[in-house]
Amino acid sequence: MSAFTFVGARVVDPASGTDQVANVTVSGEEIVAVGTQVDGTAIDADGLVLAPGLVDLHVHLRQPGREDAETVQSGTAAAAAGGFTAVCPMANTDPVADNAGVVELVLRLAREAGHCDVFPVGAITRGLKGEELAELGSMAAVGVRCFSDDGMPVVTARVMRRALEYARTWDAIICNHSEESSLTEGAQLNEGEASSLLGLAGWPREAEEVMVARDLILAGGLGARLHVPHVSTAGTVALVREAKARGVRVTAEVAPHHFTLTDDLARGYDPVFKVNPPLRTKTDIEALRAGLADGTIDAIATDHAPHPGEQKEQEWAYAPCGMVGLETSLAVTLTELVDPHAAVHERGDGVLSLLEALACLSTKPARSRDIAGHGGPIEPGTPANLTLFDLTASWTADREQTQSRSRNLPYHGMTLRGRVQHTLLRGRFTYQDGQVA
Amino acid sequence: MMKHLLSMEDLSAEDVTQILDTAAGFVDLGERTVKKVPTLRGRTVCNLFYEDSTRTRISFELAAKRLSADVLNFSAKGSSVSKGESLKDTALTLQAMGVDAIVLRHSESGAPLTLTQWVDAHVLNAGDGSHQHPTQALLDLFTIRQRFDRIEGLRVAIVGDVLHSRVARSLVQGLRTMDAEVTLVAPPTLAPPRPEAWGAAVSTDLDAVLDKTDVLYLLRVQRERMAQQFFPSPREYARLWGADRDRLARLPQGAIVMHPGPMNRGMEITAEVADAPNAVIGEQVRNGIAVRMSCLYLLLGGDG
Amino acid sequence: MTSPGSPQQVSPQADAGVLSADDMGRAVRRMAHEIVERGNLDQLVLLGIRTRGVPLAERLAAALLDIAGTHVPVGSLDTTLYRDDYASAGPRPLAETVVPVDVDGREVILADDVLYTGRTIRAAMDAVMDLGRPQAIRLAVLVDRGHRELPIRADYVGKNMPTAPEQSVRVRLVEIDGTDEVVVA
Repeated sequence: MSAFTFVGARVVDPASGTDQVANVTVSGEEIVAVGTQVDGTAIDADGLVLAPGLVDLHVHLRQPGREDAETVQSGTAAAAAGGFTAVCPMANTDPVADNAGVVELVLRLAREAGHCDVFPVGAITRGLKGEELAELGSMAAVGVRCFSDDGMPVVTARVMRRALEYARTWDAIICNHSEESSLTEGAQLNEGEASSLLGLAGWPREAEEVMVARDLILAGGLGARLHVPHVSTAGTVALVREAKARGVRVTAEVAPHHFTLTDDLARGYDPVFKVNPPLRTKTDIEALRAGLADGTIDAIATDHAPHPGEQKEQEWAYAPCGMVGLETSLAVTLTELVDPHAAVHERGDGVLSLLEALACLSTKPARSRDIAGHGGPIEPGTPANLTLFDLTASWTADREQTQSRSRNLPYHGMTLRGRVQHTLLRGRFTYQDGQVA
Repeated sequence: MMKHLLSMEDLSAEDVTQILDTAAGFVDLGERTVKKVPTLRGRTVCNLFYEDSTRTRISFELAAKRLSADVLNFSAKGSSVSKGESLKDTALTLQAMGVDAIVLRHSESGAPLTLTQWVDAHVLNAGDGSHQHPTQALLDLFTIRQRFDRIEGLRVAIVGDVLHSRVARSLVQGLRTMDAEVTLVAPPTLAPPRPEAWGAAVSTDLDAVLDKTDVLYLLRVQRERMAQQFFPSPREYARLWGADRDRLARLPQGAIVMHPGPMNRGMEITAEVADAPNAVIGEQVRNGIAVRMSCLYLLLGGDG
Repeated sequence: MTSPGSPQQVSPQADAGVLSADDMGRAVRRMAHEIVERGNLDQLVLLGIRTRGVPLAERLAAALLDIAGTHVPVGSLDTTLYRDDYASAGPRPLAETVVPVDVDGREVILADDVLYTGRTIRAAMDAVMDLGRPQAIRLAVLVDRGHRELPIRADYVGKNMPTAPEQSVRVRLVEIDGTDEVVVA
């Protein structure tokens, strides 16, 4: 493909901490120039922010096995539409990604679809049963650097400790779905006032916190790398903060729905709001935002969890947990956390500056997972994995307007600020002028 | 009057009064030879019961039939539901048949509200999971009003597995709407989180509240809760929170004992208490039909 | 004196249709005499149709006692559940039905203040039939204002008062309204 230049873009690069209006020229797979040049075809980027392509540490692409909900093709297309150039699909497919074969299948499907890079997460235990270690080595040989039984917790401390220890062979990351399942039997909604009045079995915060506490102690004792997925409670934030302070090698992520939505949304019993871990309260939201602001939480990750319509159009108790989020993550972050009137480096009335928000969506996730080539910096010689978005564009989220096969979007009907215009993967448009390319 | 009867929280004091006043008009009907009136002639009421409940279903069935409605009984066992038909598809089938009202009893909280999005029919909640059982609360309020000529200012103690009880949730809301005072008595494991949100006091000590109680309302405690470790044994439960002859004697003059049924004799209530003169359990059942007639009457009018 | 069932052809404006308390008293007395004339007094039961038919029934019973020395049992009948407009107009509050004696084999005299379309009386007859099997049902009304929509006629009429449909006839009774009068508006 011949060279082209984005003219007049607002280049905001968390990797180098820069904010400048500049022209960015892309040739082949790389960025070749950032400055005042206009080489090749000129593409007007006036009014757009140009940032490193977003990186999502936690998505469910459902293929193989649940293609009625999503496929690698549809999920990565949704990712491209959301400004992502790299996503990490979880292993709870059918068959489970607990061996190199399934991992390679997912890699191939993604390559063929060409919408987005995937860095599959391998299972920790065979079949996600939490009993026997999966062949981490064979998966590491095909590039896996993070292992998770997400969806299922590793219940037994001994197995968790073995996994943390064994993964040190590759300095790989163990990511445990923190849910003490004996405390969450039959649980439906965060244990609190809403669950009490709605007659839904409570899901206590302690179920997450006791397991996070356990894992932090185990990882700390071994010097192993731990990643805490979908942090949802104030208590978890405090635990991670304290562990980081004493040098535990832990990173953490939070999903947009956990830092914006509360449990009283379950009042209408619409299962679109049913998720694991459950939506919590204002107090937890404030703590999660504070965690993003002080770096306790490294990354924003969607936990994109598609489910087919008939599964979410049921009695609350029968519906599976999960929300889609790839196409709204950036907008929700900008709308809820970033002050539109503040300067790029400043927070103003927001929780994060634009630069910090983009860091949480792109640079920090990439670095925490050792994902090379994504997350910036935006400079000559680096792969052109980029997203360009209109910072102030106002739009209404519509669950029908989606690349995903699924419609379980909690933000349906809400007005959001910030819209992706283009996404490029190694110099090629995967999303252009509001359409998947 | 609203379109559906889903939860006591939707009813104001005026609504409750209207339902109870209308029910009073239906009580006498049960004593006539011809217990029927033609009011709902030609209308179809469907009892859609996903959970077995002979007594509630019969009560609703009689209520509908005495109003001359046609009644369909749809129970989950042996029906298309047991073959995996979803609530949505069942709803769409009933919608296509032009049913006027659906009385839904379901094991999961929120099912009646979910049902309303798929049907034009009036939906009456006959009990959904642990959430609400509004007609039970209304017949309880009616029984209380009949006995005391008022509800305001009465002191009601609700004892038992409050956490899992839809009857408790409905009744507490109904009592609070009508300005009664409510105390919940239960072991901490069976008390709800955030009871202050209910507007009720909480106690673990039944004996301490008895002499300040006008209405002692006993909830059924299921033996399964023991397997789930909510309390150690039926014996211990009965000793600490069961209503027996001694506790009955400590109630003030004029106090009544109520139970929504079915009873676990020996657990939350002894035979002596169940058969005592101030136990009004039979009245509750009798009033159930009149109250349900009242609900059907008030909901289905004005559709044409 | 008008005979029952044959309204006078009087134009609506000529007679404002106002009955005074004295007029009402005389009308009730005359109806009581007509009832006595028909006989069968010891089989009678008077059922006033809620609401204003009830004091009327009580006054007829008092007059019958005075004229013939017979205690005719008096009750009240609520027709709300038998109305034909439940679907269109919606649910109305219920009033009490009090029936002092079994109606089986008896002659029931329904009493109401105004006879108009006849629908209330149709509902009342259905209600009486569900109470038992009367030997006969008769109707006594204080005012017959015409405009029947069903083939129903009163046996005993206090006053025939032809009206235009847009007019309304209001009977006021001391027992309920504090005064006795009939006004047409």
